[in-house]
Amino acid sequence: MRPVRLTVVTAAAVVAALTAVTGCSEKSDASGDGTIKVAASDSSCEVSTKEFPAGKVAFEVENKGSKVTELYILFPDDRIVAERENIGPGTKATITAELKAGDYEIACKPGMKGDGIRQSVKATGSGTPVKRSPEADAAVAAYRKYVQEQADETIPKAQAFADAVKAGDVEAAKKAYAPSRIGWERTEPVAESFGDIDPKVDVREDGLEAGQDPEKDWTGWHKLEKSLFEGNKIDDNDKKLAETLMADLAVWQKKVGEAEITPTSMANGAKELLDEVATGKVTGEEERYSHTDLVDFKANVEGAEKAYELLKPVTSKTDPALTAELDKQFAALNNLLEKYRPNKAAYEFVSYDKVGEAERKELSDGVNALAEPLSKLAAAVAK
Amino acid sequence: MSESVSGQEPAQDEAQGAPEQTGTGAGAPSRRAVLGWGGAGLALGAAAAGGTAAVLNSGPDMVSAASAGAAVPFHGEHQAGIASAVQDRLHFAAFDMKTKDRGELIQLLKDWTAAARLMTAGQPVGEGGYGGLPEAPPDDTGEALGLKASRLTLTIGFGPGLFAKGRFGLEGKRPGALIDLELFPGDNLDPARSGGDLCVQACADDPQVAVHAIRQLARIGFGKTAVRWSQLGFGKTSSTTPDEQTPRNMMGFKDGTRNISGTDKAALEKHVWVGAGDGSDWLTGGSYLVARRIRMNIETWDRTPLGEQEDIFGRDKGEGAPVGKSKERDEPFLKAMKPEAHVRLAHPDTNNGATILRRGYSFTDGTDGLGRLDAGLFFLAYQRDVRTGFVPIQRNLAKSDVLNEYIQHVGSAVFAVPPGVRDKDDWWGRTLFA
Repeated sequence: MRPVRLTVVTAAAVVAALTAVTGCSEKSDASGDGTIKVAASDSSCEVSTKEFPAGKVAFEVENKGSKVTELYILFPDDRIVAERENIGPGTKATITAELKAGDYEIACKPGMKGDGIRQSVKATGSGTPVKRSPEADAAVAAYRKYVQEQADETIPKAQAFADAVKAGDVEAAKKAYAPSRIGWERTEPVAESFGDIDPKVDVREDGLEAGQDPEKDWTGWHKLEKSLFEGNKIDDNDKKLAETLMADLAVWQKKVGEAEITPTSMANGAKELLDEVATGKVTGEEERYSHTDLVDFKANVEGAEKAYELLKPVTSKTDPALTAELDKQFAALNNLLEKYRPNKAAYEFVSYDKVGEAERKELSDGVNALAEPLSKLAAAVAK
Repeated sequence: MSESVSGQEPAQDEAQGAPEQTGTGAGAPSRRAVLGWGGAGLALGAAAAGGTAAVLNSGPDMVSAASAGAAVPFHGEHQAGIASAVQDRLHFAAFDMKTKDRGELIQLLKDWTAAARLMTAGQPVGEGGYGGLPEAPPDDTGEALGLKASRLTLTIGFGPGLFAKGRFGLEGKRPGALIDLELFPGDNLDPARSGGDLCVQACADDPQVAVHAIRQLARIGFGKTAVRWSQLGFGKTSSTTPDEQTPRNMMGFKDGTRNISGTDKAALEKHVWVGAGDGSDWLTGGSYLVARRIRMNIETWDRTPLGEQEDIFGRDKGEGAPVGKSKERDEPFLKAMKPEAHVRLAHPDTNNGATILRRGYSFTDGTDGLGRLDAGLFFLAYQRDVRTGFVPIQRNLAKSDVLNEYIQHVGSAVFAVPPGVRDKDDWWGRTLFA
């Protein structure tokens, strides 16, 4: 996972009910929508109207305060529909979102911290959902199914891990650790979109917030990883943590089906999975005790590739050159990873502490080679 | 990918509309706008905007060109950044080729040329740094928006690896003078700071402009190439403008007093540019570059008595005059110096006339964990033939230079530097693939 502070930001990409309006080329029919004005200051967040017709809604926020602010449109359960960060003092920004009828919250976050200043608003009527191509709809439906499958398949593997911990069987728990994370790693951006689950199950020690005690407040896979691979022992607290992990993962399994998924959020999620690899796995930071980074690495790449493959019917029309490049770079990176997989039939990779600097550089180059064109996927989908 | 870089001439079309949301500093004029009224004389400003500024002559004009942030022409018989007046800052990068495909290498060179053409004229690459699709990252990373061209030059070189058998079908094109450098006595080379299939030397008066340029090229190259190592430099140590004050190196001594002048056509033809009969036609008008990262033992040097420091160099520290003379530019009398003085050993008269154009920069990359400055000279030398230029001089120095007690060569690379990009349809290295 990435540093906690960023998880909310990541979430936006995946949960956004609609992406920001597509660039300058679009002929927006500003006539029908009407823009809702949001006046933000360091201590207030005023919305020009609390009720508006559902459909495509534009929020124009003006930051009249002295601090940089953010604007969020949220479901009542805090899932993010759309957001814009880094709105400087004295500047304006416009966020466009497709809102179905229902209740929402608008949050201004002066200083870009905390829960923000909230206003409840309502989208009324039926609204007109944005038209998408059948290919795009099919991609979203298939990806939704994939995300649910990954969660469903993860639970028994995680249970095996938790059972080994609860039985005090260090060796069995070590063996079960990496496989229990594969489904999570493949779909991590969706998991991160539920801001509260990721910090519970996948936080690293350095990701704890100020005032959190690693002994008391650190939960999830990586705390158990440290006990098992660094301490080589399981104590009573670890056994409790195994229970907690399963409870948190059960929430995740239940929630993934409700995640808002759009073609653009899928594309952004694919890019984010490569960001995860670039910042956490290539460096060996993610699995610093178990050194199973390459298992996570492979799972991240697989998750990105799944989203991309599902979007290919869309992008092969809108940007065939990009599609060809992505095909090539996915193949190249997968080939490179195979070098570290002694048994092709098993999901097991060379321990990352055995991977030298030159090899890590080669992996990093491969990640850059794929991530750069992948960063253009969302635009190809939005075209 | 090719469409990420527009292959057009820098256009003077309308500036992009200011973004509604300012991630770019509200109201900052674009680099393009700045060029039009950048405080230079009208002629200079206009010329810069047209990409045809003639600011390479030395003297007062040159200084004003620097302070005006003018543009150095990208097109010409030779690449800019060699004989050009030396700018204040450097970002040098060596790249490894990741692709084995000759067509992709050619496309990369074309894409890089298009980007270099824009950036040296003070413009962002591709579609610019903002105003595009919100779902897509901007083509240009944006940190040079609003900055002047700052005499940015981008100079490309081809390392020996590019000519290796079975790579790009160039093994027959490797020039004899592009040798693999021998290991000189005292060398302590770090492979991670040595070699490279390609290099780009970015020089500019503004470090942000130089860094931005390398960053764009690295990004455009992802998938085809990857940065192997890079080096930042400051405080040019060897000017090519003899009527200016000679810069000092990190040891406090003037460095480059008798360097080849950028306006001395005869000396450049004789010592720097590859000639038509030199054996590699594709390289005619080009040159060879040797890059060496030379770490200085700063702390021990600083404890060395003044007299010893001056004996080691063979010049006095204040004026820079050779031993027994009173003025910096007086002809050195080598026999008056200690037999192993640095200047004496490096002098053409000691090396059968071997003369190189030095264009190095000082570097300080923080400290080394032992509290010592990781500092020294990033030595860059251009010459017509490495075998008769850098090699004999370095053999001589490595063997007996008393300065060796205070320095260590820790990085090394050698490149063939292709001729200049002639016009808007030309591209870096075209003659190599003809």
